[in-house]
Amino acid sequence: MKLDAKSPEGPLARKWEKYRGEMKLVNPANKRKYTVLVVGTGLAGSSAAASLAELGYNVKSFCIQDSARRAHSIAAQGGINAAKNYSNDGDSIWRLFYDTIKGGDYRAREANVYRLAQESVNIIDQCVAQGVPFAREYSGELANRSFGGAQVSRTFYARGQTGQQLLLGAYSALMRQADLGHVEMFPRRELLDVVLIGGRARGIITRDLVTGKIERHAGDAVLLCTGGYGRVYFLSTNAMNSNATAIWRAHKRGAFFGNPCYVQIHPTCIPVSGDHQSKLTLMSESLRNDGRVWVPKKKEDLKKHPNEIPEDDRDYFLERKYPSFGNLVPRDVASRNNKEVCDEGRGVGASGRAVYLDFRDVIKRDGVKSIAEKYGNLFQMYEQITGENPYEVPMRIYPAVHYTMGGLWVDYNLMTTVPGLFAMGEANFSDHGANRLGASALMQGLADGYFVIPSTLGNFLGTVGPSKVSTDAPEFKAAEDAVRLGIAKLLKVSEKGKKTVTEFFRELGLVMWEYVGMARSEEGLKRALKTIPALREEFWRNVRIPGTGEEFNKELEMAGRVADFLELGELMAKDALHRKESCGGHFRVESQHPDGEAKRDDANFSYVAAWEWKGENAEHVLHKEELNFENAHPTTRSYK
Amino acid sequence: MSGGMNLNLIVWRQENAGEPGRMMPYKAENISQDMSFLEMLDVVNERLINEGKRPIEFDSDCREGICGACGIVINGQPHGPKRGCTTCQLHMRSFKHGDTIVIEPWRSRAFPVIRDLVVDRASFDRIIQAGGYISAKTGSHADANAILVPKDDSDKAMDAAACIGCGACVAACPNASASLFTSAKISHLALLQQGKAEAKARVTRMIERMDLEGFGNCTNIGECESACPKEISIDMIARMKREYLKAMFAPIPQQKADAAG
Repeated sequence: MKLDAKSPEGPLARKWEKYRGEMKLVNPANKRKYTVLVVGTGLAGSSAAASLAELGYNVKSFCIQDSARRAHSIAAQGGINAAKNYSNDGDSIWRLFYDTIKGGDYRAREANVYRLAQESVNIIDQCVAQGVPFAREYSGELANRSFGGAQVSRTFYARGQTGQQLLLGAYSALMRQADLGHVEMFPRRELLDVVLIGGRARGIITRDLVTGKIERHAGDAVLLCTGGYGRVYFLSTNAMNSNATAIWRAHKRGAFFGNPCYVQIHPTCIPVSGDHQSKLTLMSESLRNDGRVWVPKKKEDLKKHPNEIPEDDRDYFLERKYPSFGNLVPRDVASRNNKEVCDEGRGVGASGRAVYLDFRDVIKRDGVKSIAEKYGNLFQMYEQITGENPYEVPMRIYPAVHYTMGGLWVDYNLMTTVPGLFAMGEANFSDHGANRLGASALMQGLADGYFVIPSTLGNFLGTVGPSKVSTDAPEFKAAEDAVRLGIAKLLKVSEKGKKTVTEFFRELGLVMWEYVGMARSEEGLKRALKTIPALREEFWRNVRIPGTGEEFNKELEMAGRVADFLELGELMAKDALHRKESCGGHFRVESQHPDGEAKRDDANFSYVAAWEWKGENAEHVLHKEELNFENAHPTTRSYK
Repeated sequence: MSGGMNLNLIVWRQENAGEPGRMMPYKAENISQDMSFLEMLDVVNERLINEGKRPIEFDSDCREGICGACGIVINGQPHGPKRGCTTCQLHMRSFKHGDTIVIEPWRSRAFPVIRDLVVDRASFDRIIQAGGYISAKTGSHADANAILVPKDDSDKAMDAAACIGCGACVAACPNASASLFTSAKISHLALLQQGKAEAKARVTRMIERMDLEGFGNCTNIGECESACPKEISIDMIARMKREYLKAMFAPIPQQKADAAG
C-alpha cells in the first residue's frame, strides 16, 4: 500500500483555501442523516463533537472519565500559541509554521503544519467569544508570554491553568449541544474495538465501566481523540487513565502507526521521590522564562544547601551552552542537558537525579508579588508535593515523559489508513515532527476539532454519501465476541496469576525508560526487544486481577490497557532501532556531533515511519511517507 | 526519606448504589511521608489484591489537583485536613505514625454511590448543560482584541473559573447545596462582557436545574468555601443571588424555545 498524504497542490499558503474551495459539502438538511462517533473529550474531542453537532450532524460522545470535563487536556498549564502578533515582535503565520517545523527537527509534514499556524489565530477568537478568561493587560487587551523554541511572545494563557480553561470552554460548547439534543453523552465508557464493514469504520464496541456491559454503536465515521501513549513508561505526567487502547486496537484493525518512537520528555518535572510513585507532576515550561537552571560546578558542593553556594560556583549550563536561547531552548535539548549533568555526577537532591530551577534573581528584581501573580499556583503545587517553599529554596526538577508526537498516521484530512476512521490531537502523529514546542499541543487539539475536521469530515461524508448499518450486522457481533473473549482470557489467567497489574506495568515502565527513554542505543533497544516480549508472555500467564467483568472493576480496565502497552512498547523499540539517526526527542547515542548535539540524517531518514500490523505472530511492516521540504529548508537545528 | 508510618484506616465499603454499605478497618503499613494520600491507598490496594480481596475503589485521574476526579471525605473533611488541596495533592506528611483515618465518599442524595468511594456526579454536568455556557457558535469570530475586558474583571472571572467540579462543596455543606459550584460558573460568565447577553436566562435555568437535582439550599454556612480545593469564595454565591434577583425583575428571553423552533 502506498501512503498518500493527500496534501493539496499549489503554494503552501494557498493549500488550505484551495482544499476548502474544492471539497465536497453536505447540505444542511442532509447532515442529520449522518451519525459521527467521537471518542474522547479532551480538546480535540470536545471541540470536534461540539462543532459537528453545531453543523447538524448527530454526534455520540464517549469518554472514560465520569465527566467530559475531566479529560487530560485539563492538566496543560502554560499556554496556547497563536500567530496573532499582538506583541508586535515580528511574529507571523510563516514564523509560527517555521518554528514548529524547525522545533520538530524537520520531521513533520509542511502542509499540515502551515494549516495549523493559519488556524491558530481563529482559535483565540473563538475561545474569547466563548468566555475563556485569558490573562489580560490593564488596557483590557490579551496578554502574551514567551515559550521555549521561539524568540517571539505568542503564547496566550490563563494563569497556570490554560488547558483547564480551554477544555472547560470546549466542554461548555459540547454541553450546549447536548442540551439542544444534538449530542448524546456516554461517560465512563471505554472503547475496546473498532468495527469495520466493507473495509470502512462503521462503529465501535465499548464497555460501560460502571456495569461492565459491552455495547455496540454504529455510525458513518469514527473519530479517535483519545490522546497519547506516554503512560507506556508507567511514570509520566499523563493521567492515571490515559492509555493507548483505542488507538492500539484501531491499529490492529488496519490503521498504520506513525513514528511510535517520537516521545517528548519534558525537562521540568518534580523528581521521583520513591518506589511508591504513581505519576510525575510537571512544572510548566513557562517557569523557564524567569527561573534559571543550574547545578554546582564542583561535586563537593552537592552536600551544601543551594543558597550557600556562591554565584561563581554555579554552572548555569543552559545559558553557558546556548547563549541566544539560554533557559528557553526546546524541551528535548533542555532534557538531554539535564540528564547529561546528572550523568556527570553533578545532579542534586537525595537521588542525584535533579537540577535546580532557581527564582532567586527574578524575585530580587521583580519582587515576590509579581512572581506569585504569574506562577502562584505552580509554586503552591510544588510545595504541596515536596514540602519545600520555592520562593526560598530553588526548585529541584528532572525530565519526565510528557507527550507523544507519534500516533496514528493520518493524511491531510486527518483520516487514518482505515477509511472513515479519523485521529485527532495527540492521538495522531501529524504536526509536531520529532519534537513538540511548548504551548502547541493545545493549539493542535483545538485546530483539529474546531477548524479542520468540520471541513475534512464533510468532504469524506459528502463523497461516500449516507447509508445505514445495523449493530446486528455480523461484523458487530464478531467484534463484540472478540472483546468478550479478550476479557474472559484475562480473567482466566487471573485464576492462577500471582503478579498484580501494577507490578507488570511498573516493570514495563522501567524497561521503556531505561532503553527507549532519553538516550537510546542499538544495544539497549535490542535488549528491550528481548525483554518486552518476555514480560508480555509472563503477563498472559501470571497476571492477577480481582473481581469479574460484569461490575465496576478498575483493575480489569487497567489490565486491558497494560496488555496493549506491552505490545505498543515493543513497536516503539522497533521503530527507535530502525531510525538510526537522532532527531528531536529521539536521541540515538550512535548519532551525535562531537559536542554531543543530536545528528540528524536527512539523506536516509527524512520520512514518516508508518507501521502496519500484520497479526499476532507476524512482524510489523514498515511503510514510508517521504517528507518534502519545499519551503522550510532543513538546516542543522541550532539554538546557540 | 523518612518512612515507616503505620496507620489504621476505617473505610466505607459499598458494593453499589442499591446495597447498604459499612465501615471496614484496614491497616496501612510502612507508609512514607512523601506519598500522596492516594498513593497510600494504592499500597493498601496492592496488598488487598495479593490477599485475594477486592480493592477499595476510588476515582482519580490527573493526580495533580486539576481534573476534579478525586474526592474523599477524610476524618470528616472533604479532601482532608489541608486547605486549598485536593485529595490527590494531600501528602502523608499531614499525618503521623499511629493515626486512625476515617475515609468516606462524598455524601449527598444528588451524588449516589457507585462503589466504595466512587460517586456519580452527573448532576453537575446537567447543571452546566442547563446554560453554563455562552452560546457563541463554534468557528470564526471577531478578532479577540475587539472585546476588551478590564483586567480586574478578567482576574475575578478567572478566580471563579478555577472551579474543578469535584463536588467537595456539596460534600461539606450540611444542606448538600451545590450553590458554590453553580455560582462559580455563573460568576465566571456574568463577569465577562461576552457573558452578559444571556445572563438572566442562564442564572434562572441553572438554579432551577440545581433544585431539580435534589441539592439543598444555601443558608450561608460557609463550609463549602473552606473545603474548596481551589479556595473559591462564597462571594460567588452572593453574586449568583444578585444575578437571580435581577433576572426575576426582568423578562427572560425565550432562548430555549427559539433554539428548538
